Amino acid sequence: MSDHSSHGSGLAHQFDDLDQQLDATTLGMWLFLAQEIMFFGGLFAAYTIYRNWHPEAFAEASHHLDIKLGGFNTVVLIFSSLTMALGVRAAQMGKNKAVFNYLFATFMLGNVFLVVKAFEYHHKWVEGLIPGPWFRFEGSTDPAVQMFFNLYFAMTGMHALHMIIGGGLLIYFMVQARKNRYHEGYYGPVEIMGLYWHFVDIVWIFLFPLLYLLGLHNS
Amino acid sequence: MSGHVTSKKIYFAVFGALMILTAITVGVATLDLGQLNTVVALAVAGCKATVVIWYFMEVRHARPLTKLTVVGGILWLVIMLILLFTDYISRDWMAGPQAW
Repeated sequence: MSDHSSHGSGLAHQFDDLDQQLDATTLGMWLFLAQEIMFFGGLFAAYTIYRNWHPEAFAEASHHLDIKLGGFNTVVLIFSSLTMALGVRAAQMGKNKAVFNYLFATFMLGNVFLVVKAFEYHHKWVEGLIPGPWFRFEGSTDPAVQMFFNLYFAMTGMHALHMIIGGGLLIYFMVQARKNRYHEGYYGPVEIMGLYWHFVDIVWIFLFPLLYLLGLHNS
Repeated sequence: MSGHVTSKKIYFAVFGALMILTAITVGVATLDLGQLNTVVALAVAGCKATVVIWYFMEVRHARPLTKLTVVGGILWLVIMLILLFTDYISRDWMAGPQAW
């Protein structure tokens, strides 16, 4: 990356100046996020259609998700978005030490989320709620119950994969902050990282009520 | 667009607003509103997403072209969902042989 920069300012040779570079990278990231919206949108569409066909089975299956853990993770993820936003702010002011600290906080909060998620998955496994030949469910015999768990694992699994990728990216940006790479004119990469992280947060903001809170009022 | 530094207060206020909206989602989910439960849940989630996009993702200071791209991304999602759902909703409307 630094091979193409002039005098360590972070400017790639195809751009006139740092402002133009930031505009182009921000636009590019939003185009990437637009296709991410379509990708998760397909999963949400599948969820909506199956839920409309089998509302009772979905509500009953939803009871088997732990609302406390899901709610805790929601708070953790929104808090990580706050630290991410503060990290971008620190990069804008060229405070590399603060950038490192905020990104580290974001990284740790992301890990807390994933550890809680792992405990939830493990619990589902013990309960026999993994779709497939060993699936067992006390209560409704509607096969749509299994479809709910298919969608649950597909949606939260893809979300968790995005979190893991985000964590890896955060390590890279923490190293860059340690090298004092960022200054008032060059903070774009941290801002792009922030866009990705906030997007993953938004996906969870929709997943939490749709998956966890679905059948709460019947319980 | 570059160089606008938002004050920490705004970020903390946004975080507080998101926490309140999360509490509202959980609270409303305990009430039986029938079909409205999902509508309210999606409305609150939509509010939260808008706040995150506008403040945390700093779209409010973005260039018009970036704003247009954000709106475009959401618009394409809406187009996809409308086409899908109109298909599934209207499949049984026409009487006739179930050829395919």
